[in-house]
Amino acid sequence: MYEKNGEKYYVVDAHVALWDGRESNQKNIHGKQFIDCFYDYHKNLSPEEVVWDYDAYTYYGGERLMKDLFVDGYVDHAIFQPAFLGDFYENGFGQTEEAWALTQANPGKLTYNHNFDPRNGQAGLDQLRRDAERFGLKGVKLYTAEWRGDSRGYKLTDPWTYRYLEACEELGITNIHIHKGPTIIPLDRDAFDVADVDAVATDFQGLNFVVEHCGLPRLEDFCWIATQETNVHAGLAVAIPFIHTRPRYFAQIIGELLYWVGEDKIQFSSDYALWTPKWLVEKFVDFQIPEAMTEYAPLTTTAKKKILGLNAAKMYGLDVPEELRLADTGEVGLEVAAGAKESVLS
Amino acid sequence: MSAVATPVVSPAPRDRASARRGASLANDVIEALTTVKDPELDEPITELGFVRSVALHPSGVTVHLRLPTSFCAPNFAYLMVSDAQDALRRVPGAARVTVLLDDHHDSDKINAGIAADAGYLGTFGAEAAESLDALRLTFQRKAHTAAMERCVMAALTSGAARLEDLGSLTLGDLAGGPTKEALLRRRADIGLGLAPGDLVVVDEHGDAVPDEELPLRLRLATSVRISIEGNAHFCRGLLATRYANGDSDAITTDITDTRSTS
Repeated sequence: MYEKNGEKYYVVDAHVALWDGRESNQKNIHGKQFIDCFYDYHKNLSPEEVVWDYDAYTYYGGERLMKDLFVDGYVDHAIFQPAFLGDFYENGFGQTEEAWALTQANPGKLTYNHNFDPRNGQAGLDQLRRDAERFGLKGVKLYTAEWRGDSRGYKLTDPWTYRYLEACEELGITNIHIHKGPTIIPLDRDAFDVADVDAVATDFQGLNFVVEHCGLPRLEDFCWIATQETNVHAGLAVAIPFIHTRPRYFAQIIGELLYWVGEDKIQFSSDYALWTPKWLVEKFVDFQIPEAMTEYAPLTTTAKKKILGLNAAKMYGLDVPEELRLADTGEVGLEVAAGAKESVLS
Repeated sequence: MSAVATPVVSPAPRDRASARRGASLANDVIEALTTVKDPELDEPITELGFVRSVALHPSGVTVHLRLPTSFCAPNFAYLMVSDAQDALRRVPGAARVTVLLDDHHDSDKINAGIAADAGYLGTFGAEAAESLDALRLTFQRKAHTAAMERCVMAALTSGAARLEDLGSLTLGDLAGGPTKEALLRRRADIGLGLAPGDLVVVDEHGDAVPDEELPLRLRLATSVRISIEGNAHFCRGLLATRYANGDSDAITTDITDTRSTS
């Protein structure tokens, strides 16, 4: 919970990780390239005083995670969104057993989402059923640019993905977090294209699709499909740290998202440990869209409360303390975004 | 951020005539690289700091390119390397042209493919289906949309156009200057007309947008512009973090000339 100027905010960090990017876990050069890329993201967008040293960044463990999120970071609940990356790391990048143990040891604080890869075919589908039971899965994280042998990506519209998503519907895994990456087969296509999200969102109305880093680097394409599909949501990972380095750009991103997607379908996340939640929460609560940007409506306190936690709490059925709910309706509404209305009318 | 502007040729050749030739070739090489754009960001690779070094040597020209991360999309990376090679081969006196991509997850594959003139299909093998033409066109269209939006917003801000008249705004109505020139270049890229009477607000095929759709189209065009500009901010920042400890002023191109001048 974060409190400022008499307002209290329930905070859900909807995208966190417990990774191991150490040299001892790297399978090849790509394991090093991947964690180095993350570290550059971290260094580039974090305020100087919260930049970690490289070794701590490659592996930080559960104790530090608990402190950064729940002691220092105002987080009430956090959701693991693990990336597998089995072609880069011996024991995978996201540490399943460690994260699951931490989740069990801290009841009510953590949700463990797992991942699947449709290229694993029937065996992977059977595994998904076992994972759903073991972890009580409510959500999965899909990284479409995952390398696997000769293949460097898949689409949500691939036939096997459909079978996995059908299983998700059946198993109550309702929250599908999509992370687009730089590779896809064939390479003729734009790997970041979110058109396949549009297709599956239409075909799986019972599932929520949370597009991580709000479609960046294809913000515009994401905004458009989100107006067309009521079950498409925006995750703020990667976008929100711009609040420090490029606040005007962040104002534009959040302004666009509020216009096209709406305040009920945007979720806060630090993408821990890419960034840490403390400074992001503080700056977001203080943030306002500059008055000179008359094309955007102001970012209201109600919108901030929804984005920082209430939206994700609703999606994951979290028990928000009475005093932290919205005073007017007691729950998140379903206001249709201005841009979505306009796109339907035209 | 400041990238390469003025090539500095070193070491100094022995006589003035060859000094001029050296500087001139270096200038021509940089000029050629300036025509190569990052297709996603719609900016020259020279402005973005992607040209790490240019070496003029006895057997030709070697250029090293670099990108903001090891995991920049390989298809776009390939396009920039391939475009750079094509541009440099058109430079008179460049002799043998070698373009190398540094520090990328597909550096070996792309560099081998480019060196062998293997083309896109030959470079990526089973991962490539037909060509990157459609990918390039998609981003040329986005670049056009963003350039169109800048012109329209400038016209509205200056009072040269009113919102209700945008449907009939023509190229001839736009004030001259870099914003208009940028639009004309991007129209040419995707085969749209350049006549003063041609409409400004058009779809990707050059067709007029119905009045009732104008506000939505422009709103979407704004999103496209913001997206491209934002990505460029991010890429510049990451490149500076990766190669200059965050100091974007220190992102420069290293230019050397080791050709014999005697």
